[in-house]
Amino acid sequence: MNADDDTPDDLSRRTVIKTGLVAGGMFGFGFAMVPLYDVFCKVTGLNGKTDPNPYRYNAETAEVDTSRSVKVQFVATNNAEMSWDFKPSVTEVVVHPGEVGELEFFARNPTGERMIGQAIPSVSPFQATNYLHKVECFCFTTQTLEAGEEKIMPLRIIVDQALPRHITKLTLSYTLFDVTTMGERTQPS
Amino acid sequence: MTAVTDTCSNEKPSEHHDHHGPARGLMRWVLTTNHKDIGTLYLWFSFIMFLTGGAMAMVIRAELFQPGMQIVDPGFFNQMTTMHGLIMVFGAVMPAFVGLANWMIPLMIGAPDMALPRMNNWSFWILPFAAVMLISTLFMEGGGPNFGWTFYAPLSTTYGPPSTTFFIFAIHMLGISSIMGAINIIATILNLRAPGMTMMKMPLFVWTWLITAYLLIAVMPVLAGAVTMMLMDIHFGTSFFNAGGGGDPVLFQHIFWFFGHPEVYIMILPSFGIVSAILPTFARKPLFGYTSMVYATASIAFLSFIVWAHHMFTVGIPLVGELFFMYATMLIAVPTGVKVFNWVTTMFRGAMTFETPMLFSIAFVVLFTIGGFSGLMLSIAPADFQYHDTYFVVAHFHYVLVPGAIFAIFAAVYYWLPKWTGHMYDETLGKTHFWLSFIGMNLTFFPMHFIGLAGMPRRIPDYALQFADFNMIASIGGFMFGTTQLLFLFIVVKCIKGGEKAKAESWEGAEGLEWSLPSPAPYHTFTTPPDVK
Repeated sequence: MNADDDTPDDLSRRTVIKTGLVAGGMFGFGFAMVPLYDVFCKVTGLNGKTDPNPYRYNAETAEVDTSRSVKVQFVATNNAEMSWDFKPSVTEVVVHPGEVGELEFFARNPTGERMIGQAIPSVSPFQATNYLHKVECFCFTTQTLEAGEEKIMPLRIIVDQALPRHITKLTLSYTLFDVTTMGERTQPS
Repeated sequence: MTAVTDTCSNEKPSEHHDHHGPARGLMRWVLTTNHKDIGTLYLWFSFIMFLTGGAMAMVIRAELFQPGMQIVDPGFFNQMTTMHGLIMVFGAVMPAFVGLANWMIPLMIGAPDMALPRMNNWSFWILPFAAVMLISTLFMEGGGPNFGWTFYAPLSTTYGPPSTTFFIFAIHMLGISSIMGAINIIATILNLRAPGMTMMKMPLFVWTWLITAYLLIAVMPVLAGAVTMMLMDIHFGTSFFNAGGGGDPVLFQHIFWFFGHPEVYIMILPSFGIVSAILPTFARKPLFGYTSMVYATASIAFLSFIVWAHHMFTVGIPLVGELFFMYATMLIAVPTGVKVFNWVTTMFRGAMTFETPMLFSIAFVVLFTIGGFSGLMLSIAPADFQYHDTYFVVAHFHYVLVPGAIFAIFAAVYYWLPKWTGHMYDETLGKTHFWLSFIGMNLTFFPMHFIGLAGMPRRIPDYALQFADFNMIASIGGFMFGTTQLLFLFIVVKCIKGGEKAKAESWEGAEGLEWSLPSPAPYHTFTTPPDVK
């Protein structure tokens, strides 16, 4: 391929192929931003989203750091038109890092329909996101409630011993979404 | 055949023997692959969209003339703000620049036509259909898009009207048109330059458009991806932006502004090129700092990719992020400052005259700088929490888009109209158009700085009483600016119909290959490449 022999049409064809590939690649990049964003948020804890899987707790190796205690507050919010009663049994627990904190959330479906709900957790301040572990959580799966049914849902959390010392209080907020149309999810992702 | 009046007829057999003038009738415009015809189509389309989007702005300003709800209901008001933004961005400003590129780039680099003439026809003819689809949503059940031109999810997904699907397809079509137009421009500039026209000899309008075209192929596909994700969230049960399904609405803002910030430079870089062509002509001095202009444009284009989150200071990004995006944004002031100083230096001690294109260009330099300064104020992350989503932002982006993009387009039209039509436009009317636009535009948007700083939120049809006076002034200015544009239409039509004959070099001392051609420019030009010294 000698470039001197190329007609403008040949050159243009090559430019079109190259720029077309760039455009196609950028369309792909738009979609690649979705997993990239998730990875970025997981590493930094930026959007306060906790690990959607249960924390593997080993009672023998986990040492409780009794030198300090951390206050963990709980918030329950309903998203948009979600009509369930949804609240924690206590608004806060005080735990030592490494110690299991236990409480319950209460949910009731006051409507006449079978509904599926999904609680989405968020931790604030975001720097603490990766240090708040959940051993047991109703947010790992969707929750299905028949008409008028109510449910007590246990939550067991552990604050990591490596939590930066300047963080003494953190908030775990749950927003409950109506996902009836999206279906059930019974396994942690 | 003898009666055919085109300039390439058989009278000059030595020059042309296999070319024809324009076909007759309506089909000429449907089937044309001539860059001048397509440029004209783009420009008329963009002007129609400008008036359509402008009419919507008039509805907005009429409602905001007084506090309280008087003319339209809030839902329709939201549709007006949304459609005004979408139509002005995708229907008016972008096609106008593509139209100017079609007309002028081949003439400026000595090319016979665009590199891909048939694709050129296609990329234009997609536009009217996309525009009709977009506007038709206003008449559908549930109304048109009402979520702002930035269409943040979940407002546009979970809570959007049923017509959102049509909006998505319209954006897809507009995007495809822009990408094809950009590819065509890149292919033309890279491959069809006349011998001797090296890259660093290209007029700045060609340079700025080359860089703009790269921005277009880089970000329009990302926008297409964003609306595709919306489409899937709405119809196919995915959860890209639905937190309940594991998605994240903030992700939408990241993807949108990754497109959106380069997009604002897409709407301004060609203006830089236009002004860099006009100022030297009427100052009768060569452009100061050509090379630095090229590098400044490229720097701005590069920086536009790493500043997007300054639109999102309030969503809760960490301090490090706020600082990075704040400083990166402020950095853009450096290459922009280089350009402004170069323009001022070009005019400095020049033998200046103030014809209409020059007036619009000087107003561009002054008013765009005001918009740049309010942009710098907005870039200060801690202060942005006060300015965010207020009329201060509206004032800022209208100061960069109206006297920035639109004034530059007016300047370009006045500057090259003699070349396009063969007639000089009516200078008195042109100056009248300038002064009415200048006063109207400043009356409309300057008070918005004050009411924005005082806390008036944008996109709301009603406001607190203390904002009443400034809003009334803004509305009066808006009506003035709006009606003035009918005068522009009259001036252009008058110039097409007749007027003083334009010389080949329509402006004394104008530089560039386009002025070596007769006025009006023949239907086919540079079939043999010109000599570039």
